[in-house]
Amino acid sequence: MNAELGSDFRFFRKASWTQEKTFFPSLSFQFEYHYSWNDGQDLFDFVPYFRYDYEDSERNLIDIRELSWIHVGNSWEFRAGVRKIFWGVAESSHLVDIVNQVDFLESLDGEEKLGQMMFNFSLTREWGILDFFVLPGFRERNFSGANGRPSYFGLIDGDLAEFESGARNHRADFAFRWSHYIGDFDIALSHFSGTSREPRLMLRKNSDENPWTKQQRFFPFYDVIDQTGIDAQYIIGDWAWKLETITRSGQEERFWAAVFGFEKTFVGVLDSRSDIGILMEYLYDSRGANSPNLFEDDLAIGMRYSLNNPQDLTALVLGVYDVENREYFLNLEASTRLGSKWKLILEVSIFRSRERNGILDQDQIPWYMRSPSDSELFLFEDEDFVRLQFMRYL
Amino acid sequence: MFRILMLWLFVFSPTIFGENDQLIGLNIAKEADLRDSGWVDMSVELVMTLRNTKGETNVREMRLKSKEIFNDGDKTLMVFDTPHDVKGTGLLTYTHLVEEDDQWLYLPALKRVKRIASKNKSGPFVGSEFAYEDLSSQEVTKYTYKYLRDEIINGIECFVTERYPVDQYSGYTRQVTWIDKDHYRLQKVEYYDRKNKHLKTLTFKTYRLYENRFWRAGSMTMTNHLSKKSTELKWNGYTFNRGINDQDFGKNALKRIR
Repeated sequence: MNAELGSDFRFFRKASWTQEKTFFPSLSFQFEYHYSWNDGQDLFDFVPYFRYDYEDSERNLIDIRELSWIHVGNSWEFRAGVRKIFWGVAESSHLVDIVNQVDFLESLDGEEKLGQMMFNFSLTREWGILDFFVLPGFRERNFSGANGRPSYFGLIDGDLAEFESGARNHRADFAFRWSHYIGDFDIALSHFSGTSREPRLMLRKNSDENPWTKQQRFFPFYDVIDQTGIDAQYIIGDWAWKLETITRSGQEERFWAAVFGFEKTFVGVLDSRSDIGILMEYLYDSRGANSPNLFEDDLAIGMRYSLNNPQDLTALVLGVYDVENREYFLNLEASTRLGSKWKLILEVSIFRSRERNGILDQDQIPWYMRSPSDSELFLFEDEDFVRLQFMRYL
Repeated sequence: MFRILMLWLFVFSPTIFGENDQLIGLNIAKEADLRDSGWVDMSVELVMTLRNTKGETNVREMRLKSKEIFNDGDKTLMVFDTPHDVKGTGLLTYTHLVEEDDQWLYLPALKRVKRIASKNKSGPFVGSEFAYEDLSSQEVTKYTYKYLRDEIINGIECFVTERYPVDQYSGYTRQVTWIDKDHYRLQKVEYYDRKNKHLKTLTFKTYRLYENRFWRAGSMTMTNHLSKKSTELKWNGYTFNRGINDQDFGKNALKRIR
């Protein structure tokens, strides 16, 4: 049994168009209980998570990240309950990773996720691992409230969510995944059929509403989709080549998207103990500017640094550059242990949209007049922030 | 029988086969490997203590399971219990005789299994003075050998052998090993970096006999001569041949470590 208490301080560089406040403190608590019996053939996990935000009540959360039972058979496993699953190999984007709803209010990198109810049968064979999933119950994406930041999320009213499925958020979804490795080559093929974790954002049609006020809001629409994905990684020397590609139908026209790149590691740079990794990934989305995510023809360049000291100081700087719009965002994430029971995490995010680069004067044109097709990042225009997290392990 | 006789000749009659120092070195390594095979599977707990020049310490606690694989290198699963922020992190290694080892890291917070480029093995292991390659299974075929001399250290008669990593990505040009004549146990290893500078020394203490066959050191200390830092590994609670299932070393097992 162990637990962690986190205090989280986000400092925004300036006020946004809906929120004057720039300082956002919050607290989180995660507790883990694991129990195994039957000589390790049965395992039970319980991981509740609590988050309290001083400014934005929409960010308050009581979540069961995990509550599950695993039974281990002879070269098979059965897992039932609320669980988290990670699929994929890339760093800048997680295309194939589709089972769990993402908790963007915790982190914009898409790596924090909400627990998902599932029944998962996993088979280990000579030719790889085959996983089948039945996923009853859908978890909607959380959006911050009007007081929250990034303010963009505050424009989306999660309470007005609509679903393609008649069963709304109670549709049972299905997925399978085959993964295998041959020498230095890892490959996986996956398919998901069900309610999209990623909603399309629709403008609420309301004739009474004055389109010139900022009260206009979006609602998430969750389509039923089919998504097939491949993720693969090949290691040659100290190069790791990575590919993730998906094709999805069900959200208007079928589209495909991919992320392809490499990470090369230099061990013991300049006769030091440090390692430096250089990574580069290209992101493509065939929907182009209509893509709801920010990456449709972008280049991600990053550097990973490990000091290899006893406190485990590591840092990752990642910049994503939109080739066509000449926009970019930069993210730095660094962490170090302090003593044996504390950890400090620093995150810095900087967004530079095209307006800021001088093509448009941002003060002349109100935000709601700008077409999202011109700029993907304009919604994050004023959202540069520094985030400090102190984790205490109990 | 002939092979044993030949081995005896090579190992114990270095003067006769003086020019065959490579063969003698290889045969010492083979004999040490032979005496330490047949344990089938093993599990053990270890405490790693990092010491800097000011005497400050950092402790990591780990559990380790290994399985012997016929005609291949061992499979090993290492799990971290402390420091708390890495609790539940797992490292799965399939050692191979000739090809590169396969290695996967499990990150419990993300539930992510990450393949590691094993060519990066010369880097420090969790901030310690041990490199990944120092801790991986020491298969005979990973080195070429040369017998140097006999020497008594700490009152124990040893063969002194030099070994050269076959892998071009190793952080070492050579290692000098002291193996005792009685039980073929490593007593000391000196590591020479790529510039052939004496970088580190590993010493083994408090050997104990398990299952009447397998000698295991209770303590191993790696001292870095450049930084003056050291790392001690203390091994506890060895068990052997408990019928650990092969599937406990699969990727699914990596995901259910707690």
